This record gives sequence, C-alpha cells and structure tokens, in this order.
Amino acid sequence: MSAIPKISLRGVHKSFGDKHVLAGVNLDILSGESMVIIGGSGTGKSVLLKCVLGLMQPDAGTILIDGRAANAGSRDAFLARFGMLFQGGALFDSLPVWHNVAFRLRQGQDRLSKSDARDVAIEKLRRVGLKPEVADLFPAELSGGMQKRVGLARAIAAEPEIIFFDEPTTGLDPIMSGVINALIREIVVEMGATAMTITHDMSSVRAIADKVAMIHNGVVQWTGGVGEIDNSGDPYLDQFINARADGPIESVR
Amino acid sequence: MQAMYFINGFLAAIGRATLGLFAAIGRLVIFMGETVSHIVRRPFYVRELGQQLLRIGYFSLPVVGLTTLFTGGALALQIYAGGARFNAESVVPSIVAIGMARELGPVLAGLMVAGRVASSIAAELGTMRVTEQIDALTTLSTNPMKYLVVPRVVAATLVMPLLVLIGDIIGIMGGFLVGVYRLDFNAATYIQNTIDFLVLGDITSGLIKAAVFGFILGLMGCYNGYNSGRGAQGVGQATTNAVVTASVLILSVNYILTELLFPA
Repeated sequence: MSAIPKISLRGVHKSFGDKHVLAGVNLDILSGESMVIIGGSGTGKSVLLKCVLGLMQPDAGTILIDGRAANAGSRDAFLARFGMLFQGGALFDSLPVWHNVAFRLRQGQDRLSKSDARDVAIEKLRRVGLKPEVADLFPAELSGGMQKRVGLARAIAAEPEIIFFDEPTTGLDPIMSGVINALIREIVVEMGATAMTITHDMSSVRAIADKVAMIHNGVVQWTGGVGEIDNSGDPYLDQFINARADGPIESVR
Repeated sequence: MQAMYFINGFLAAIGRATLGLFAAIGRLVIFMGETVSHIVRRPFYVRELGQQLLRIGYFSLPVVGLTTLFTGGALALQIYAGGARFNAESVVPSIVAIGMARELGPVLAGLMVAGRVASSIAAELGTMRVTEQIDALTTLSTNPMKYLVVPRVVAATLVMPLLVLIGDIIGIMGGFLVGVYRLDFNAATYIQNTIDFLVLGDITSGLIKAAVFGFILGLMGCYNGYNSGRGAQGVGQATTNAVVTASVLILSVNYILTELLFPA
C-alpha cells in the first residue's frame, strides 16, 4: 500500500479573467521529500503555492494535506504546520530582526515570553549563519542575502512540518545563492520537513531537490527524480534546463 | 443604424460605470463590516493600537493646531468685516467659537488628518501588500485585518475627537488673539462672550463628527492600501484614492451629520 502523500493536488484550476494560469494541476509530494517546481515566468508556480496555503482560492480541484482537505478544520492549526520563505523576504520593516524571526512564537495562546522568543530567534539566526548582533537591526539595514537568511530563520522558527521556498535565490550573487541553497538543503534534511520550492535557478534545483516537477501551460508537464532531469527525453524540460531559446516553449509569452 | 450603434455604446458605458460603482461600494461595505466585526473579537493587538494612537494623534497635533489657529484668526477678521455692515461686530467671539466647535474644527482637522494619515496608512499597507508582507502575516497565523486594519481604524476614531477638542481651543484662541490685538476687543469681554454663547451641544456635536471622520479616514486609508495594485504605480494610486475618497466622504458625511444634529 502506498503512503498517503503529505501534499496532494488533484485537478487544481485557477484563472484570472481569460488567463487560465492553472489548468488541472496534479501533483503528489511525499512526507520528508524536497520537491522543486520549475517553469517559465508567469506559468503559475507562485499561484500554485498560494493556493496550497489558502492565500488564493482555486477555482476547481482538491488540495489535500495528509489526506485531508486543506480548507477543512481550523485555519490557525493548518497554517501552524507551514513555514514560508517569500521571494523578497517579506520581512516586516517596522520590527527588528529578532521580532521578525520570532513573530509566530509571539502569537496565540501558547506564545512565548519576549525573552524566550528572543532566545529562540537568536538560535535560529545562528543556524542560518547570522550573528546575534543582527537580532536588533531592522530589515532595511541588512543586505539582500542577509534578508533571505532572516526570512529562512523565520520560516523555520516554529519548526514546521512543511516549508515553502518561493524563488529563494532570486536577486542574489552566485556565491550567496550557493550558501542559501546549501542552508535550505541542510535544514530540510535536519528537520525532516517536507519542502516545496519554486525556482528558475537550475543550481538551486540540483542542490535542493529530491524530485522535480515542471509546470507548463497550466499543468505538470513532467515530474521525476532530480537525477533523471538530464535524460528525461521531455523536449520541454530539455529546453528549460538547457536554457535554449529554440524548442516547444515559446520564448515570447 | 449608426445612431443605434452609438446609443447602445453610450448606454453600455453608463451601465458598466454604474455596475462598477455599486461593486466598489459593495467591496467597501464588506471591508467595513469585516473591520467592525474584528474590533469586538479577540485577539486584540494593544501594542499596535498604542503605536497608532501616538502616530495618528500625537504627530498630527502640529498640523491641526496650525490649521485651526490661522482659521480662527481669519474667521474673526471675516466676521468683524461682515458684521460691520449691520453694526454687529460684537458677535465675533460667539460666532468664532460656535463656528470652530460645530463646523470648522472637525471638518478642517478631518481634512488635514486625512491628508496626513490616510495617505501614509495607504502607502504603508500598499507597500506591505506589494512586498508580500500581508501574505507573510497570514502564513504566520496572524489575521492582517486584526493586526493592521483594526488598530489603525480604532486609533483614528479615538484620537480625532481629542485632536478636534484641542483644535477648537486653539482656533478660538486664534480668534481671541486677532480680536484683542488687531480688532481692539477687550480681552475679558471677548472671553465672557465666548463662554456665554457657547453651549455644550456645540462642542459635543463637533466631537461626534470628529469620531465619524476619524473612522472614515482610517478606513479609507486601510481599504485603499490593503487593496493596492501592483508596483509603485499601484501604491501611488492607492495613496491618492485614500486621500480623495476620505476627503469627499468627510465633506458629504459632514452635511448629513449636520442635518441630523441640527435639523432646520
């Protein structure tokens, strides 16, 4: 008997006006697996992620987490299972770094005291390679790479079961991209979390992924292990991973 | 045939605009209902409320104070010049006091705070929308309506009466300064006239208006920022819309409240 996937998407549709961004996405992500979703700009990767989190409502289809509908039960309990690293960091400008990292820990009935939350934040900052002195700075005082690390620390602060990474290396230099990729891989393995990453960056794919899914024309065009991507025989995937202008994917979209 | 085509096009355009208007009103009413429902439900973000009280109230004092000071002075000059036509110069203290308390204090403070606060709320929330900070709040199990909108709307509603009360006092003082030092009124007589003719209802009606205007400007700042479009242009548009809609609503609601509070 096959295991119940941690995340299961069946026939997920989402349109914006006449534009059918998701046109029946089917995808399973197993527990503890790191799935990387690739695809061209505007193919609905971020929309898919937001549909899973409930930030957008799909027009049709089902989204199951551990075999249960994502929109069933308490919303707070559902969201408590997730951590998310946003593309631009999405750090709260008005709060110091430690408060950003410990934000979730300071919410709800089981919230930590200020000093305990700060201690956890500093520990998580250390885990992503940042010194304790960073804790009292504001996000605007940090470089892009440091902001990503803080975003990563925030995503893992409450030790979630599922972590989403939206374009984790966008805007970073290759060395910093490598550092972030390595951190993501280490943390996901260490925590045993299920990870879903969206990226265009093939170095991220190779560093982070157990499995890869490629979205094109609103559906999952190809899915398989990261070791299979170079010999998939799929013309869409080949064109994408080899960054070729010629191929079945139109360069003007 | 050509005429029919144009008439159809014209009617269709009117229909689209009307539907768009009602849809916009509907969205605003839903947003307002959601805001009000969250005001009375836990959790309450007291720290955020305190920050907004300081930001909206305390930091708006100079703007409101200067506006009402000069308006009170100008009003004294105008009433003196107008009253001179009927040998009624002595009404200056009472008209300045009544005019400031009932009308000019709340309306001018409302408009000035709308310009200062509604715009900054819309810009802040719009930027948070564009940079996904509002989505991030949701993923961190925090309702953005409760955390961002409610403290701003409640703070604006609470501090506006206080600002207007202070503005009334400063405005009346502006009239007093002009009356005494420019128009040669006796200081004691000016103050006595002000006290004699000003009744409690004049002040409370202005404070009721102020609270309503505070709710309006807080709500319009939050609504436009929360629903901001993408990019710098979207945030800029949200900011402009916040100030324009808040100002127009303040002026139109002012008329309705005046009709209700002082029926002819």
